[in-house]
Amino acid sequence: MMDLVFSTAITFVGQATSITTFDSYALSVVVKIAFALGLFFVVPLIGGYLEHKVMGRMQARRGPVEAGPFGTLQLVADGIKFIQKEDVIPRAADKWVFAAAPGVALVPGMLIFLVLPIGPGVFALDLELGLFYALAISSVSVLGIMMGGWASANKFALLGGLRAGGQLIAYELPLILAAIAVAVQAGTLSLVGIVEAQATFTLPGTTINVWYLFPQFLGFAIFFLAAMAELSRPPFDMPIADSELVFGYMTEYTGIKFAMYLLTEYGGMIVMSALMVVLYLGGWQLLPGVPLPGCEGTGGLFDCDPMGTLLGVVITIGKIMALVFLMVWARVAYPRLREDQLQRFAWLALIPLALLNLALVGVAKVVF
Amino acid sequence: MSDLSTRERIHPGTAPGEDIHLEILGEGDFATAEMKLSIGPAHPATHGVFRIVLEMDGERILGARPVIGYMHRGFEKLAEHRDYRQIKALVNRHDWLSGFSNEMGVALAVERMMELEVPERAQWIRMLLAEWNRILNHLMFTGSFALELGAITPMFYAFREREDIQHLLESATGGRLHFTYNQVGGLKIDLPKGFLRESARLSQVTRTRLRDYKDLVLGNDIFQARTKGVGPLPPEVALSFGVSGPTLQATGVPEDPRVTEPYLRYGDIDVPVPVGENGDSFDRFYCLLHRVEASLDIIDQIHDHIPPGPVNTKLPKMVKAPEGATYVRTENPLGQLGYWLESDGGRTPWRLKMRTPSFSNVQAIPYLLDGVLVPDAIAVLGSVFFVVGDIDR
Repeated sequence: MMDLVFSTAITFVGQATSITTFDSYALSVVVKIAFALGLFFVVPLIGGYLEHKVMGRMQARRGPVEAGPFGTLQLVADGIKFIQKEDVIPRAADKWVFAAAPGVALVPGMLIFLVLPIGPGVFALDLELGLFYALAISSVSVLGIMMGGWASANKFALLGGLRAGGQLIAYELPLILAAIAVAVQAGTLSLVGIVEAQATFTLPGTTINVWYLFPQFLGFAIFFLAAMAELSRPPFDMPIADSELVFGYMTEYTGIKFAMYLLTEYGGMIVMSALMVVLYLGGWQLLPGVPLPGCEGTGGLFDCDPMGTLLGVVITIGKIMALVFLMVWARVAYPRLREDQLQRFAWLALIPLALLNLALVGVAKVVF
Repeated sequence: MSDLSTRERIHPGTAPGEDIHLEILGEGDFATAEMKLSIGPAHPATHGVFRIVLEMDGERILGARPVIGYMHRGFEKLAEHRDYRQIKALVNRHDWLSGFSNEMGVALAVERMMELEVPERAQWIRMLLAEWNRILNHLMFTGSFALELGAITPMFYAFREREDIQHLLESATGGRLHFTYNQVGGLKIDLPKGFLRESARLSQVTRTRLRDYKDLVLGNDIFQARTKGVGPLPPEVALSFGVSGPTLQATGVPEDPRVTEPYLRYGDIDVPVPVGENGDSFDRFYCLLHRVEASLDIIDQIHDHIPPGPVNTKLPKMVKAPEGATYVRTENPLGQLGYWLESDGGRTPWRLKMRTPSFSNVQAIPYLLDGVLVPDAIAVLGSVFFVVGDIDR
């Protein structure tokens, strides 16, 4: 019986070798989980620090300076503060749902880190269905948000939760349609496979290697906007809308549960940026057509020595942070849309464009 | 007795939606329950203790009722027990963003009753500081309105500018918010050395920085989508509610006492009055931002006009307004401020009635909020510029 389960499970795992795989199965599992958790708790902190500092500079102020060198430990200090706070549950709240909601929102964000490749061989799992897995898991988060909005027994939270439900469902579609177009072009759903396909993709009739950003710029724009909406990042932050709904579905949350929601948002920013890096920006490739030093394999991106691996990780994180920077920039520059304008934008602009993009890619795939 | 389950029985909590009864009508339509949402008195969008009770169907507002009075401090009654020297410290607190213009209104009223001739220089300096005060006020609302629409950056920019201007005014008056610089018959003291040079420089700087607001807020696509056509106020409705200031000018009515009934020396200079077309939230904000520019124009003209001379007149030991009454109206940053001063010849007013712009402006809110969505309600509330202390007094 167990053999059957394992053999079935293994058929979903791709062929690329991971540095987190060891001869001992138990050790591999422990290392893989530790790796994903480590990523989940460290990279969002870098993103958060970046946001603090970038917003500060853009708004004619300095951002955090006190905690740690250049304020780098500000988020750690915030975390400690959140842990110390009283955990208040409103009397009228549905206690179990209220308590479970932040976890339901947070855990899917953690699970995606299992499949994100952030360097040559630096990933926990290379699933054959990696892209499908990532998108499917990410849409579970909305449940946690709606649960929180409903269970709080607060009108502002309820409105925020419902807005979040409507918004996340509407923007799931363009997100997935844009991602499908990439899968069609790459011919695989494996995230590592997509990086590999990009390393070998050349413009038809030439030998110039380009990333999928170039043929699918429309798809990238759609994915980027939909990802921001999916994360409720300004200018798409109606579920939170502090000036209308106090703090939306998070109104009644305090302390560590509130921090879990915040971590979901920052983790989500990293996940979506990492997906965009993999889908459109060539993964850990420095520039199109440039192999990493110390690496062999397809496009000079695989089978690396430790130096090349490290370089690959740095490049990926750098690209992720560049995308986070864009998201922060949008937050600084724009007010928020209205809820109905947001829905209209999704259904009347993004989804038709995403379908068009998919059709174009399908035709191009057949023709070339 | 203090365990949670006991308390629950005493105050049974209602789960959300528990009291909603669905009733299926003939066509299979659902009747949904209306919800009453109390925004305020402590809510991020009301900047102050303003409360508004909304009747809502989903996110659509069926009726709105402003509840005021949470900040009533009895200024009108207090003024009856303070002499004219003390009143100016009272009145610059009812609209705390326009302290200078408020105290100037009272000074003008008393001077008019005493038939005092205010020195030329004092009049020009009053105008100069009143215009700077107007800019301070408008910058605050520029920032807060953008913040309510979800743009955080203009707030920081506005406070950067305000800091410089407050520093300038502090050098002359010693105050940053409550200046108490006016005095019956003139000003407390003359301007410090170098004030005018600094004022001219700051006028240039502010004018340059104003471009940022126009690009970042007024020209922003999302800002326009959020505010254009939202909460239109027809001019006749605005006039019937007694709305004034930028909210009235946005409807296309160029009413401004500085032009229609000039006080001080406003008659000697050119006072631009920006007007809107539709009276919607966008026009209200457009007027607000362009009033800053208009004030800068006025400030530049004042710099060329300020004469030398004394800034105050010799007063009797106790200032007493002669028996009688007068009404002074001035263009405050938020609209028309009127002081009805009635005196029985004593050292305190017999009655000081304040006609404050915020009070008249919020009366239009139920009209404006009828049938709009909650996010639009925020765009309306933020653009009918008011200060809560100025409503309740």
